[in-house]
Amino acid sequence: MYKILLTQDLVPNIHLFKVAAPAVAKKAQPGQFVVIRIDERGERIPLTMADWDENEGSVTIVFMEIGTTTRRLALLKAGDYIANLVGPLGLPSHIEKFGTVVCVGGCYGIASIMPIARAMREAGNKVISVIEARSKYLLFWEDELRRASDQLIVTTGDGSYGAKGWITDRLKEIVSGGDGADLVVAIGCTFMMKLCAETTKPFGIETIVHLNPIMVDGTGMCGCCRVSVGGETKFACVDGPEFDGHKVDWDLLLARQGIYLDDEIRSLEEWECQNWHKSR
Amino acid sequence: MAKLNLNRVPMPRQDPKLRGRNFNEVALGYSLEQAKEEASRCIQCPKRSCVDGCPVEVDIPDFIKAIRDGDMPEAVRILKSKNSLPGICGRVCPQETQCESTCSLAKKGAPIAIGRLERFVADWERANMPSANSPSIQPSASGKQVAVVGSGPAGLTAAADLAKLGHNVTIFEALHVAGGVLMYGIPEFRLPKEIVQAEVDYVASLGVKIELDSVVGKLVTIDELLNNGYRAVFLGTGAGLPMFLNIPGENLNGIYSANEFLTRVNLMKAYQFPKYDTPVKLGKRVAVIGGGNVAMDSARCALRLGAEEVYIVYRRSEVEMPARREEVENAKEEGIQFKLLTNPKRFLGDEQNWVVGMECYEMELGEPDEGGRRRPVVKPGSEFIIDVDEVIVALGTTPNPLIASTTTGLETTKRGTVVADEATGKTVKDRVWAGGDIVTGAATVISAMGAGKLAAADIDKYLRG
Repeated sequence: MYKILLTQDLVPNIHLFKVAAPAVAKKAQPGQFVVIRIDERGERIPLTMADWDENEGSVTIVFMEIGTTTRRLALLKAGDYIANLVGPLGLPSHIEKFGTVVCVGGCYGIASIMPIARAMREAGNKVISVIEARSKYLLFWEDELRRASDQLIVTTGDGSYGAKGWITDRLKEIVSGGDGADLVVAIGCTFMMKLCAETTKPFGIETIVHLNPIMVDGTGMCGCCRVSVGGETKFACVDGPEFDGHKVDWDLLLARQGIYLDDEIRSLEEWECQNWHKSR
Repeated sequence: MAKLNLNRVPMPRQDPKLRGRNFNEVALGYSLEQAKEEASRCIQCPKRSCVDGCPVEVDIPDFIKAIRDGDMPEAVRILKSKNSLPGICGRVCPQETQCESTCSLAKKGAPIAIGRLERFVADWERANMPSANSPSIQPSASGKQVAVVGSGPAGLTAAADLAKLGHNVTIFEALHVAGGVLMYGIPEFRLPKEIVQAEVDYVASLGVKIELDSVVGKLVTIDELLNNGYRAVFLGTGAGLPMFLNIPGENLNGIYSANEFLTRVNLMKAYQFPKYDTPVKLGKRVAVIGGGNVAMDSARCALRLGAEEVYIVYRRSEVEMPARREEVENAKEEGIQFKLLTNPKRFLGDEQNWVVGMECYEMELGEPDEGGRRRPVVKPGSEFIIDVDEVIVALGTTPNPLIASTTTGLETTKRGTVVADEATGKTVKDRVWAGGDIVTGAATVISAMGAGKLAAADIDKYLRG
């Protein structure tokens, strides 16, 4: 059992949990993820670690409420326990001095990009972080990311804060601008990462994406998370989650992410019917 | 001399029509009367050749005699002194190629049903001796710590034996429950999970600590264990990496590895979705590629999930099938269709990336290969299409490379297995032993248990030396 030490609603539908997991915190590296299971009936879901603290013995996850599991997770409070938390899984991010690194985060990816931005800067890179949300009220960790980066660019779809437009608009300005970039790292929803990779491709700038296919065990046992990269099948859980965004078969990934869409809707509907009275 | 009784007491089983739609156990087990009747057929021959056929050397004639005499606690004691997982072995061991094949009555075509009797003893104990969880064997702590990596049949056996020998054992398990393939792989209707957990509890009752959610190679490495108080390490991590066909269309939606399909169904209980949160695709026309026990398990799970047609697609003929005869018969009785001498060429998908069909070749058998089985050869121009909406690839598994890639000084083969001495399980790395599928590649539960037992004995020798 893993105790929840702290919960925080970052923005509507996106939550931060700090969970006691000392052994995982000791080994965690940027870009790695954990798999959690809430309780006996729960699914195993992968979540990128947004932070960890070896002294406190905690790991921090940031997740979006989207299906039954994350809905149920969001109802838990500090002091509650989750049944399982396993990690650190996946290969750590490749961190070295590249020059100028653009760290792109959208949605819950704003949290996931944080440890990478920090590590990239510690490695001597100039880090430009770019974060995107539909509107101002969906933005979080602006100050934290500003501190972790040399420069922070904020963009909102409706222009309510920062620049108006999508992340690809900002990315294009950077990669086509004077100084350019040596590396782009993008984390967010699959569609956003796909667009980022498409944006940088004509400029030939290496673009690392953090893929988030459906997983079960997270240790290479099931092959559920297989993705096609450069024509080769890879298991995102053990060969990734980082891959070359210009080589990913995005259509396949998007299609595979929808495998259980009907089931997810049915599951959530049934759960909501039985638990309509529960809320945070 | 008394006349030989050649009438094996049949195993009561659920009706095929009913059982094809539920996940309850197929074989129902002997009653006490049936067990006594079967036990009384044993001629207690002095050769005791059945014991030679058992990888863990259970004193088979002795526990059978105890059943015959109605002394069940004695039967339990004899059985468990050699085998810590009898409820599991009695269900999933291939007795027909082991103890029962060397039984003196096997020549007459009616060996003693040793597996069924073993199961009976284990089930009797669970029902009648709940205190068995506080065993009479009290470990006299040697104080020496041993780490066992993986809680499948090899790891559980090694851990139990080491604990009985007085060592301080910790099992590290990657998943959220102990049992390995016994939990995620073998289905409920063949091996109820309650029985696995009861036998895991027994191992824990011997003083074995079980650390779940612990991926060795990620959370902690073998070298770190060896440097942090563990005097010896046993690797029993199995063969967990699924093999695929590597043909076009294999990443279409609705195509599973058997590992994924069975893990969803057995470990995550997707057959009870949405009561349990993990879903699994419910195919109407399901093809399972492969001819082993895992293929049979997958096909029979798909049927129970409501499939209308389930095919076993196998590239050789039935005699070459590696599955247990009994499992093939069970599958046929339940209505699984066998498409033999058939091999997929590619998978066909629709616009939404869902599998809709499978183009296959007809095969014929050519010259025997190095393993002695006749090699399947493609019949040119024989392509045909099978309509399917779900495919389960059950071609076998290889060891997960995680341990080997994070441990210094281990020797591995081209197939990814860890090199270890057959008689002792000792690897080339100091203080590290290995056994089960990680050494042999995918094999049986009992051979993994045998390897766990041998390694435990050698580790004990080393720790006392």
